[in-house]
Amino acid sequence: MSSEQGSVGIVETQYYTFAEPPCQLELECGRKLGPITLAYETYGKLNAGKSNAILVIHALTGDAHAAGRHSPSDRKPGWWDKMIGPGKAFDTDRYFVICSNSVGGCQGSTGPSSINPETGRPYGLEFPMVTIGDMVNAQKALIDHLGIEQLACVVGGSMGGMQVLQWATTYPDKMRLFIPIASTARLSPQAIAFDAVGRHAIMADPNWNKGNYYGANSPSSGLSIARMVGHITYLSDTSMHTKFGRDLKDKVTPDYDFVTEFQVESYLNYQGDEFVKRFDANSYLYLSKAMDYFDLSQPEGELRKGLSAVQAAALVISFSSDWLFPSYMSKEIVSALRRNNVDVSYAEIQSDYGHDAFLLEFDTLSRLITNFLEYAGPRNSDER
Amino acid sequence: MSGEIRTVLRSNGDLRHEFQYIVNTVKPGSTVLDLGCGSGELMKALQKQKRARVQGIELSDTAVQSCVEKGLFVYHGDLNEGLADFNDNSVDYVILTSTLQVLERPDLLILEAARVGRQCVVSVPNFGYWRVRFQLMFQGVMPKTEHLPYEWYDTPNIHLTTLTDFRRFCKKYGLHIEQEIDLVIGEQSCKRIWLLPNFFADYGIFVLRRETPLTGSDKI
Repeated sequence: MSSEQGSVGIVETQYYTFAEPPCQLELECGRKLGPITLAYETYGKLNAGKSNAILVIHALTGDAHAAGRHSPSDRKPGWWDKMIGPGKAFDTDRYFVICSNSVGGCQGSTGPSSINPETGRPYGLEFPMVTIGDMVNAQKALIDHLGIEQLACVVGGSMGGMQVLQWATTYPDKMRLFIPIASTARLSPQAIAFDAVGRHAIMADPNWNKGNYYGANSPSSGLSIARMVGHITYLSDTSMHTKFGRDLKDKVTPDYDFVTEFQVESYLNYQGDEFVKRFDANSYLYLSKAMDYFDLSQPEGELRKGLSAVQAAALVISFSSDWLFPSYMSKEIVSALRRNNVDVSYAEIQSDYGHDAFLLEFDTLSRLITNFLEYAGPRNSDER
Repeated sequence: MSGEIRTVLRSNGDLRHEFQYIVNTVKPGSTVLDLGCGSGELMKALQKQKRARVQGIELSDTAVQSCVEKGLFVYHGDLNEGLADFNDNSVDYVILTSTLQVLERPDLLILEAARVGRQCVVSVPNFGYWRVRFQLMFQGVMPKTEHLPYEWYDTPNIHLTTLTDFRRFCKKYGLHIEQEIDLVIGEQSCKRIWLLPNFFADYGIFVLRRETPLTGSDKI
């Protein structure tokens, strides 16, 4: 599938503001947040029955710009452009695709870098702790605003997949299908540990200044390290061998120095440097913490009970070399759903790309998803 | 694994002949779990002809994709890990077609299938088939047939059985054979064998039911 074929073309980010005081959104932590703005994009047309809407949810540092380009000179299309467009898996000739930036983020939606209306200054750490559930409740307000009673499908990878599961649990009758990809109902302690290292790097940066760095130097070295750690967890041993090997950067013999010598080091530096240009350090703290807190097996400690409300049919997808969200986590979800008599398919895609595979294995993902959207439906049409 | 095995069985374009016999054993509107469901042909036929509520378990990724393409619900995984999610008597039929011979412990899976399913439909290639016997007897070579096309060194079939062996197994483990359909499957057709099936049939379909109810209502 070539990248230009079937593009949604030039798109524009839109904004929806709600939860104006005194009707603020009540958060899981007990605090209230409002007004809330969500940045979102839509592709394709909502049909008359408003039954063809698909909600796509981005990962930790993703944004609302999932497909198309903002201007003809845009260097890169949206983050899931190969999946969304005319004739693609999320076929915009048939479906109305919505992607919104999560609350707590920094790419158009309300987050710690937004102005706190009470003080007139950026929230910083005054921003309340938001959870995956809060993000979903905010998205629900957007979906209501768009007049959609029931989504055809909710789909997302990684942190987006967590929100997909939360959607299916909190709003079980608001979707017909859901597709969590490379995701989990609860992070492993190993994944929480990596998140913690990232947060420590940010908070140890003197520029961080307890979150009050807006208008001054931002904690870019801390954020950059956090991103580097993150990137290690998104790749696999094999993909690092293939991509970098033990190659040195622009030389054959080492200089025996502490400069960047290996290709893999150079890659991480580049990823870190690029990331700080587009992401807010406080948002990274909040969003990674939201992932850590997420646990659908609570309060009873049993995933099957946590998922008991789910009604929609699911396609759960994992990737063989993903060690951050390993296949066993997806299987846990599938197992709980099956025990609850929910219709579910599970596919493990063989891939060397690690966790990143959900942004790379387009062919297999497209094949699975296209057919699932086309043919699957909850079997409640049967008499049983 | 079983997906690959099945591709060596001929298909007449539509439904394989032996599958129609299996479909006929299933009551309309039943719930069915197909272990080693391959690309989902049988499940699709059960869904269409019997309005059955079907789901499968399959190890081969291409076969899993074919199932999803058919709109079927399938679990990508090893057969032995699959059944822990299912309560006793939780589905009407558990189906095992041409799957047993490739498993490490077919006995354990049959017993699990008999725990989960009210009935089990099990089909096996018959190693007592006369062509198999003759090859070993007169040529002195490891037998190769339509159902068993592999060389001795690359065969996935590690637990072959004859129809007689399988009946003995059922007896030993308290599985009542409600129905047995013995066939010889040709290119164009599939013939039922009534006379000396362990010699003249190359394929057997068994509908099984536990003779004694499970003790302890829910082991999960």
